[in-house]
Amino acid sequence: MDKKIRIVIAKPGLDGHDRGAKYIARALKDAGYEVIYTGIRQTPESIVATAIQEDVDFVGLSLLSGAHNELFPRVVNLLKEQEAGDIIVFGGGVIPEEDLGFLEKRGIQAIFRPGAPISDVISFIKSKTGSTAA
Amino acid sequence: MELIEKIQLGQIRAIAKAITLIENNTEEKEKLIDALHPFTGNAYVIGVTGPPGAGKSTIVDRFIQFERDRGKKIAVIAVDPSSPFSGGAILGDRLRMQTHATDRGVFIRSMASRGHLGGISTGTSGAIKVFDAAGFDTIILETIGVGQTEVEVIEMADLILLTLVPGMGDEIQAMKAGIMEIADLFLVNKSDLDGADRLKSEIEYMLMLGSGMNEEAIPPIKMASAKNNTGTEELYISIFERLNLFKESGLLANRRKIRIQKEIEHIFASKLKEILYTRLNMKENINLWIERVYNREIRPYTFVNEKMMELKKENVL
Repeated sequence: MDKKIRIVIAKPGLDGHDRGAKYIARALKDAGYEVIYTGIRQTPESIVATAIQEDVDFVGLSLLSGAHNELFPRVVNLLKEQEAGDIIVFGGGVIPEEDLGFLEKRGIQAIFRPGAPISDVISFIKSKTGSTAA
Repeated sequence: MELIEKIQLGQIRAIAKAITLIENNTEEKEKLIDALHPFTGNAYVIGVTGPPGAGKSTIVDRFIQFERDRGKKIAVIAVDPSSPFSGGAILGDRLRMQTHATDRGVFIRSMASRGHLGGISTGTSGAIKVFDAAGFDTIILETIGVGQTEVEVIEMADLILLTLVPGMGDEIQAMKAGIMEIADLFLVNKSDLDGADRLKSEIEYMLMLGSGMNEEAIPPIKMASAKNNTGTEELYISIFERLNLFKESGLLANRRKIRIQKEIEHIFASKLKEILYTRLNMKENINLWIERVYNREIRPYTFVNEKMMELKKENVL
C-alpha cells in the first residue's frame, strides 16, 4: 500500500494572476504531495470534473478577482451533487476577513490569506489526512 | 464485485477510484485487475512519447477533439515525473486539455512516475485495463518527457507516436538507438519552425540506414503544428490507418501477446521476490550484509549463492 495524497490546485474565475497558485503547487510538491495543476480561468464545473477524474483528496482554489463568495461555494456544492462531498475544499487569495465566516459555513474548510506561511497549508492538510506522511 | 459493474457502466467516480486502488498498490489490486480482465482487449492504446517540450500534450488535446468529432470515447493517461527528493509531483499535462474537462466522453488521468524509470508509472498498465473495461474506444498514454532509453511505453501501447521538434540538431544522431527504434510513426511537430524540413530528412536518412526493411515497414514521418492545428488531422488519420494495418498483418495481436508475456513475467518476479525477501528477513538483515560486503568480509555472488543454497535445502526454492 503506497497511498499518496493528491491535490488539485485550480484557479476559478477570470483573473489571470497565477503566481500564487503556482507557488503553492510547487511548495506542495516539495512537501511530497501529488499536485494536479489546471491553470487559469477554470469554471467550477471543470474543476469538479478534474477533481473527480483525478480522484484527489483536496481541492485548493486560488482567486484574486473578488468572486470567491460565489465560486468557492459552487465548487463545494457541485462536489456534493456528484457524490464527492468527501473531497476537502480550501481556498486562498485576496479575501476580506468579513467573508471568512460565510465561506466556512458554505463548506470551505480553510482560507489562506496573503502572507499566510506555506507551513500553515501543510499543517492543515496533515491535520485532515491524519498522517505525517505525504 | 460492485465496483466492476460500475466501471463497466462507465461511472466516472468508480473508474477514478479503481485507478487509485491500483496506483496505490492496495490489497484489492489483484482481484480488481483479474475481475477486469475478461472485459479488456477492445480499446486501442496509443503511446505518445518524445522529449520534454515537444508538444505531446497539445497533440493529445487535438486528438481528443478528432475522436469526439467521430463520436468516440477517449481516455488519456498523462505521466509526469515524481520528485526524487520529496516524492511529490506537479502534474501539469492536463493544463493543455482542460477544454475537454467536462465532456463526459473524455477521461483524463494524471499519474506521477513514483520512482519508476521507464517513462511511465507502475500503475499505468492497470489504469489502461480500467479504461478498456469501462468501454473507452481509445486510450492515449502520454509518457513523461523522455531522453533516449525510456522505451517502456512499448510494453503498453499498440502503436507508438514519437514526437520530435526542430532545433535538436545532431542530437538525432545520438538517438539512433533506443527511443528512435520504437516509433511506429514520427511526428515533426512545430513544423512552422526553421529546421523542420531538415529534421524530417534526418529521420528519413536514419531510417534508411536501418534498412533491409521493406519500404512498407518504414514508419511514416508526418509534419504538423499542434498549436496552429495544421497537419494534425492528417496525422490522426494516419495513426488509425497504421493501426488497421497492424491488425490485418497480425502485428497487433503479436504485440499484445508480448505485453501479456511481460505481465506474467512481471507478476512471477514480484511474487518470487516477495517470498524470497520474507524468508531472508531482508529488511532486518540487509544493513548487516551491506556492512560485511563493504568491509570485504564476504563477496556478493558467493554470499548470495550460499543463501540460495540454504533456501533450497529448506525447500523454499
